[in-house]
Amino acid sequence: MNAKAPGGLWKRQRRKQTAVAYFLISPTLLIFLIFTLAPVVFALYMSFTNYNILSHKDWIGLDNYRRLASDDDFANAVRVTLQYTLEVVPLNLAISLGLALLINMKIRGLAFFRSAYYMPVVTSMIAVSMVWLWLYDPTYGLFNKLLSSIGLPEQTWLKDPGLALHAMVLLKVWKGVGANMVIFLAGLQGIPKELYEAASLDGASSLRKLWSVTIPLLRPTTFFVIIMTTIGTMQSFGEVYAMTGGGPIGSTTNLVYLIYTRAFERMEMGYASAIATVLFALILLLTVINMTLVRGKADEAA
Amino acid sequence: MQKPLLAGRLILYSACILIALAMLFPYFWMLTTSLKTTREIFAVDGSMLPAQLYWENYAKAFRAAPWDRFFQNSVIVASIVTVGQVLFSSMGGYAFGRLSFPWKNGLFLLLLAGIMVPAEVTLIPVFLIVKNFPLFGGNDWLGQGGTGMLNTYSALIVPKIAGVFGLFLLRQFFMTLPKELEESARIDGCGELRIFRSVMLPLVKPAAATLAIFTFTSIWDEFFWPLVVISERSMMTVQLGLSVFKGVEGSIEWGPLMAATVMVSLPVIVVFLFAQKYFVEGVATTGIKG
Repeated sequence: MNAKAPGGLWKRQRRKQTAVAYFLISPTLLIFLIFTLAPVVFALYMSFTNYNILSHKDWIGLDNYRRLASDDDFANAVRVTLQYTLEVVPLNLAISLGLALLINMKIRGLAFFRSAYYMPVVTSMIAVSMVWLWLYDPTYGLFNKLLSSIGLPEQTWLKDPGLALHAMVLLKVWKGVGANMVIFLAGLQGIPKELYEAASLDGASSLRKLWSVTIPLLRPTTFFVIIMTTIGTMQSFGEVYAMTGGGPIGSTTNLVYLIYTRAFERMEMGYASAIATVLFALILLLTVINMTLVRGKADEAA
Repeated sequence: MQKPLLAGRLILYSACILIALAMLFPYFWMLTTSLKTTREIFAVDGSMLPAQLYWENYAKAFRAAPWDRFFQNSVIVASIVTVGQVLFSSMGGYAFGRLSFPWKNGLFLLLLAGIMVPAEVTLIPVFLIVKNFPLFGGNDWLGQGGTGMLNTYSALIVPKIAGVFGLFLLRQFFMTLPKELEESARIDGCGELRIFRSVMLPLVKPAAATLAIFTFTSIWDEFFWPLVVISERSMMTVQLGLSVFKGVEGSIEWGPLMAATVMVSLPVIVVFLFAQKYFVEGVATTGIKG
């Protein structure tokens, strides 16, 4: 009977499998429909209304988007988001790759170093922000003590509109490099040993091997890391909320923080939805640009 | 590869250790500040270490805010979400990994596309859905009249109880299992649900452990969503509690604040140190970040 089941039995078994499969996926599917799919559609719809929870929900067409075009706060938030991302991503990339190469050199105590570098990744952004707020404290903070002990002028760090965002970049890079290091490590371990051996036989130096073997073969990993870090950085919120509240004078108000204040402090949910839609478009655009750049380079190399 | 010279090794290890010190320093500073007296904290030429361990900051933190309640809330929410995620992701991951059913590929692509949508984009609608959820928090069946799930555990649990990431992770795992397993069970006349429960589920433990640890720590660390749906103090999670406890700029009491920060981050750090293998595997296979 096991070799040739009659057609009727086979059909019945299939129907049963379909029923079971739908039963098994139903919880995830239901949550997905209610809390992801419907909200995406709803968010787009809301961006064309003046919804504010209390009194209005009228269709106002493109008015929100027209308003964005002349809103200085929005332009500022786009600038802050892009600057933050453009500073964090290359720094994170270079350092995490460096760390991965460093601890991939067959060192003793690998587990210790890996945990030490990874620890900030598992600590919450709020906890981390509290500690760095204390480090950056203008009067009693450690960073200023260090500066004055080597004879440099003290800074007001997060209170300085020209410095606050850069100070946050430092924290963000410190917090994030461990995660990318682990991804790079996995990528490094996937490179066949024979390639290095062959390069050695050809008399390649270590630096040459790094440049001609490691870096090109890590391209898919690098591509993944760049996209994930870009998306993650553009969605930053916790550090802004906990450390600066978007200030001083808007110098750290990124798009997500602007969405939060417009939607939940001013209750302008329609307008905030328009900002969220733009953020989504921006993230998709940067992902596509990243993808074509990296693909293009890969084709050149091939 | 030839053996590097001793000098090279020395530089290598020095670099590793120096970087480790830099990465761990903020933890050291947090811990020592939490154990210093106010006078030591504000001393201009203060020492790095406290003269003696001053536990009073922890007592002060506990007196100033209902930390036991915050911890209780976080443990309840993170535990329930973790159980739900593991259960529902195993179910869905098994179906997508090993069963065939109509519309399977289309549905899977739809779910995957959902991963691309940033939480900030859906934040406002999800907030409104949670607020207007029918029959919750005094709402009628149309979702009007009450506050819905706002300020309840449901708001923190229900939207997170199942997720595509977990499903994807476990699907990848189920796909690696040999096909003979379920075929022989099927020949023995096992029902499909029985095969899932008795043959497949016991095998998924390692992947389920990875997902469980990931879910628990990320729910524990979460801030934005609780901030939006919880405003009552008694319902706050530890992260929300910490941000409220900070108080207003200018009057921050660093000793108690660092004590609270230590308490909030310690559970996750302990879990991490005991289960690092799972963290590292999880990041390497899915690229999710904590």
